[in-house]
Amino acid sequence: MIAADLSTVLPELLLAIYAMAALMWGVYLGKDTQARTILWATVGVLFVLAVFVGFAPEGTRTAFGGMFTNDGFGRFAKVVILLGAAIMLALSEDYLTRNDLMKFEFPILIALAVLGMMMMVSAGDLMALYMGLELQSLALYVVASFRRDSLRSTEAGLKYFVLGALSSGLLLYGASLTYGYTGTTTFAGITSVLESEDMSLGLLFGIVFMCCGLAFKVSAAPFHMWTPDVYEGSPTPVTGFFATAPKVAAMALFARLLHDGFGAAVSDWQQILAFLALVSMFLGAIAAIGQRNIKRLMAFSSIGHMGFALMGLAAGTVEGVQAMLIYMAIYVAMNIGVFAFILNMEKDGRPVMDIGSLGLYSRVEPARAAMLAVLMFSLAGVPPLVGFFGKFYVLMAAVDAGLTWLAVAGVVASVIGAFYYLRIIYLMYFGEPADALDGKMPVVHFAALSASAFVMVFGIINLFGVEDIAAAAAATLLQ
Amino acid sequence: MPTIILFAPLIGALLCGFGHRMIGERAAMMIATGFLFLAAALSWVVFFQHYDHPESIPLFRWVDSGALSVDWGIRMDRLTQIMLVVVTTVSSLVHLYSWGYMDKDPQWKEGESYKPRFFAYLSFFTFAMLMLVTSDNLLQMFFGWEGVGVASYLLIGFYYRKPTANAAAMKAFIVNRVGDFGFALGIFGLFFLTDSISFGVIFEKGAELSQTSFNFLGMDVNAAEAVAFLLFVGAMGKSAQLLLHTWLPDAMEGPTPVSALIHAATMVTAGVFLVCRMSPIMEYAPGTLAFITVVGASTAFFAATIGLVQNDIKRVIAYSTCSQLGYMFAAAGVGVYSAAMFHLFTHAFFKAMLFLGAGSVIHAMHHEQDMRNYGNLRKKIPITFAAMMIGTLAITGVGIPLTHFGFAGFLSKDAIIESTFAAHTGVGSYAFWLLVMAAAMTSFYSWRLIFLTFYGKERGDHHTHEHAHESPRVMTIPLMVLAVGSIFAGMIWYSSFFDEKFDRFFGMTVAEAHGEAESHGEATDDHGETKADDHGAKDDHGGHHTMGPYVAGQGALYVGEGNNVMLEAHEVPKWVKMSPFIAMLLGFSLSWIFYIYNPELPKRLAAQQRGLYAFLLNKWYFDELYEVIFVRPAKWIGTFLWKKGDGGVIDGGINGLALGIVPFVTRTLGRWQSGYLFHYAFAMFMGLAAIITWFVIGGAG
Repeated sequence: MIAADLSTVLPELLLAIYAMAALMWGVYLGKDTQARTILWATVGVLFVLAVFVGFAPEGTRTAFGGMFTNDGFGRFAKVVILLGAAIMLALSEDYLTRNDLMKFEFPILIALAVLGMMMMVSAGDLMALYMGLELQSLALYVVASFRRDSLRSTEAGLKYFVLGALSSGLLLYGASLTYGYTGTTTFAGITSVLESEDMSLGLLFGIVFMCCGLAFKVSAAPFHMWTPDVYEGSPTPVTGFFATAPKVAAMALFARLLHDGFGAAVSDWQQILAFLALVSMFLGAIAAIGQRNIKRLMAFSSIGHMGFALMGLAAGTVEGVQAMLIYMAIYVAMNIGVFAFILNMEKDGRPVMDIGSLGLYSRVEPARAAMLAVLMFSLAGVPPLVGFFGKFYVLMAAVDAGLTWLAVAGVVASVIGAFYYLRIIYLMYFGEPADALDGKMPVVHFAALSASAFVMVFGIINLFGVEDIAAAAAATLLQ
Repeated sequence: MPTIILFAPLIGALLCGFGHRMIGERAAMMIATGFLFLAAALSWVVFFQHYDHPESIPLFRWVDSGALSVDWGIRMDRLTQIMLVVVTTVSSLVHLYSWGYMDKDPQWKEGESYKPRFFAYLSFFTFAMLMLVTSDNLLQMFFGWEGVGVASYLLIGFYYRKPTANAAAMKAFIVNRVGDFGFALGIFGLFFLTDSISFGVIFEKGAELSQTSFNFLGMDVNAAEAVAFLLFVGAMGKSAQLLLHTWLPDAMEGPTPVSALIHAATMVTAGVFLVCRMSPIMEYAPGTLAFITVVGASTAFFAATIGLVQNDIKRVIAYSTCSQLGYMFAAAGVGVYSAAMFHLFTHAFFKAMLFLGAGSVIHAMHHEQDMRNYGNLRKKIPITFAAMMIGTLAITGVGIPLTHFGFAGFLSKDAIIESTFAAHTGVGSYAFWLLVMAAAMTSFYSWRLIFLTFYGKERGDHHTHEHAHESPRVMTIPLMVLAVGSIFAGMIWYSSFFDEKFDRFFGMTVAEAHGEAESHGEATDDHGETKADDHGAKDDHGGHHTMGPYVAGQGALYVGEGNNVMLEAHEVPKWVKMSPFIAMLLGFSLSWIFYIYNPELPKRLAAQQRGLYAFLLNKWYFDELYEVIFVRPAKWIGTFLWKKGDGGVIDGGINGLALGIVPFVTRTLGRWQSGYLFHYAFAMFMGLAAIITWFVIGGAG
């Protein structure tokens, strides 16, 4: 019994063991001198695990009495999370070294956060959900304030921590309401209760509270307020990390909870998600217009994108989940490229985050500018780039689910949002000449940027097959 | 071979248009011209072959969508053969002629390359025209139809530095839109009714269509009539018939070879070709045929009146073209399609020659087009004079009355006039009288053109007259070739087109008596009896008294049962046969009196009849009328939608949103993003409270 359980959670187990071993290694063998070794080792482990999970046998297996579910949906999310985390970690090496932040705790914290995320997306029980979520969150609170000597970084960490604690409170309150009204914490149990009796108001409150708690994690409006401040204050590699893996994990957790746990009450939570999606899309589109700092801008951008992903979830169908998974995969791919660029926005060795500094950047670095332009077009959802297909699937799912009004609103929001993406392109190609950025780009970053742009352009052929995989993954969640 | 004919001009156009930078201007023009001559030579070979049945040569599949499947294909029958010869012959001669005419055009500066473009357009036009005439389905025909429209637009606007040329090009295109709309509706209608747009299928359904009717706006409309009418609207636009004729005179802004090719010999006759091609449908639409007759005859008369007073040499010929097209439609309208095709055939020769001759005169007179500045040119440009003379003799219909000896126009025009009389219907007589009057006027304005240009005193710029010179040989050779056609085409092919042998010429199959009875259930004993009588009569006279009955779709043309107009046309009274000749003489004498005997007379008459003169000179005020009825309201609506609709509502709305509301919201959101933790926590609780309130008040689910 135990052996079967352990084999089901093998990837998580390996990661946990690795994280602790690396911690011991770092502590006992020269601390920060080992930081680089541990960082690359972590990157390697994450990659290996991604491959391992990606090629794991098909089928759904549960462990620990239903607390942990290892299914196609979870594996899809895990692969995206692991790859995203590994690449962002690899990209952060250069920045950390140059900014004297290369401490061995960083990769270990990232590894632990990833472990939390893997637990989240595989949760089959409210307790497991909370455990994974807190493991992830606590690790992230620490990395947000990783630059301890910077006021902004510590402020960001503190804000994130306090508000995160608040959201955890909401989530826990919702979970306890749910337990109170159903008498169980397993998703399967909740589902069977919902199928046998009508939804009580108390249970509905439970859903609302849990949704609000999770909305904080995906930074959906109006629970997004922490996002710009934390994105701006955190060291850039951390920001890049925030923008990728945790978003996928939280979104997958959202889908897991709603479909596995409350799949019988789609019409109830659909309204909540539609509301969150609508507000997020418009807030992300409109508020970003006023931003000059590219990290804050990306914060609002991610709020808007989460709105779109939530739209897919709001559809409450297999197609909706599939669209959400595709959207998240594309979103991660785009953000990796963008942050590979942002990491190198420097002038005389100091980071410059003002978008005005991109003025006529195309004259300075035509190749990089062109690739960033491709990514910006893709983020804006301009056809025929891959970013457009992400939005397309989501909109299709929403329309098919009868949420035409939401889809129309989404289109309007994306038109408004296109403004600030296109403004960056405008600045790079037609803007006022600025003091040229002179950051050198390490090979890894350049490779990430160009690979990301390459995917955005050539993915239009068949999205590299993600579509079918996501469809299969979504089907396992809703069976 | 037809495939080569069809695609040679396209290849020529492509090589010439896109390759002239590589192979040089001269080589490009040689290629275009050479391919055209090849096509023309092959066309004549094809012309002398005989097709018992229409032969369909599929090229490749074009559209396959539901019930609609369309091939690119060539339908080879007599109609196609005639049009092939006409189009490629005139086109190749015009290509040759353009070597001289377009050389050193004053519209272009020294060293500018424009000739390859011109030749490419000409070849492209020819390709589109061939596509139109060889098509074996309506869609391909429409493709050609629009292709020639585009080519015509490009060529009318060839002198793109002249605002008038651009305006004329647009006018031609836009007026044709009206007709094309009708044509397109006709195609849709036919597809709707017969589930096919292939000629082979449609042509057999004529009788069926005439029994069908459908409801439109509460009226019961006969299917055959509706389709025929819509198709004719398309023909009216392309062939510049009354109401849609206004673009043709303006199209003279294009270079003269273009006028000769497109606006005289080929494109404008596409409408006539369409009506003849669709004869299996038209025959079942008597109402539309009557309408066609009226429109054709009225156009012939109307355009001739305007031609009387025009001073621009090309405009006179343009109105003459308009008028002659009216003759053709009148013939088709009374059911004698072969006469229409006959006139189309002969007209192509002499009208192209008149235009090319006019071009030669214009060339000699340094691009002076006003006939009032000509005079006494016959010595200076003798070949052109001879050609114009032959053309005039042909168009006015000079020949020996009551025989079949005469210039081309004599035979074909008289055939039409006799046919209208022989129709013995109200519209027939209407057409007959109008056409005879038009013949008199044709004679008048044609001779007026000759007298003003080649006789009398030298008028206008003295310097220009001194330098007037005969055109180079590349321009005179086409004139001579066309002159041969203008003289002999009528006499040679008279019996083929307008005789009892015509059904053999057009490959029409006479239905077997018993087969006919089976296929047409409604054939009554009456028919049988008349047929028996006819057979008896045939024996008596040793010739046909009735034609057919023919099998629809088997043959280039179709003539319905009981339509014996053509045979009766040979039996009309002598005065009818004489009337066009007399009209011609009358017109000639008047013209001679006006412009040779007493040149002061026209001025006095114009002063005396000021109103009538202005009315004719201003083309019956059609342009002014359209300006008030269509152009101004359309412009007003356009301006309104642009200024108020687009500028005010759409731009204003977007600007208001983009520059007013969005920045305001952005600022507000920015203010909320205060950085204070309690504000953030507050926002989260507000959101939570909002959702909960929604559920409590709105009720769950």
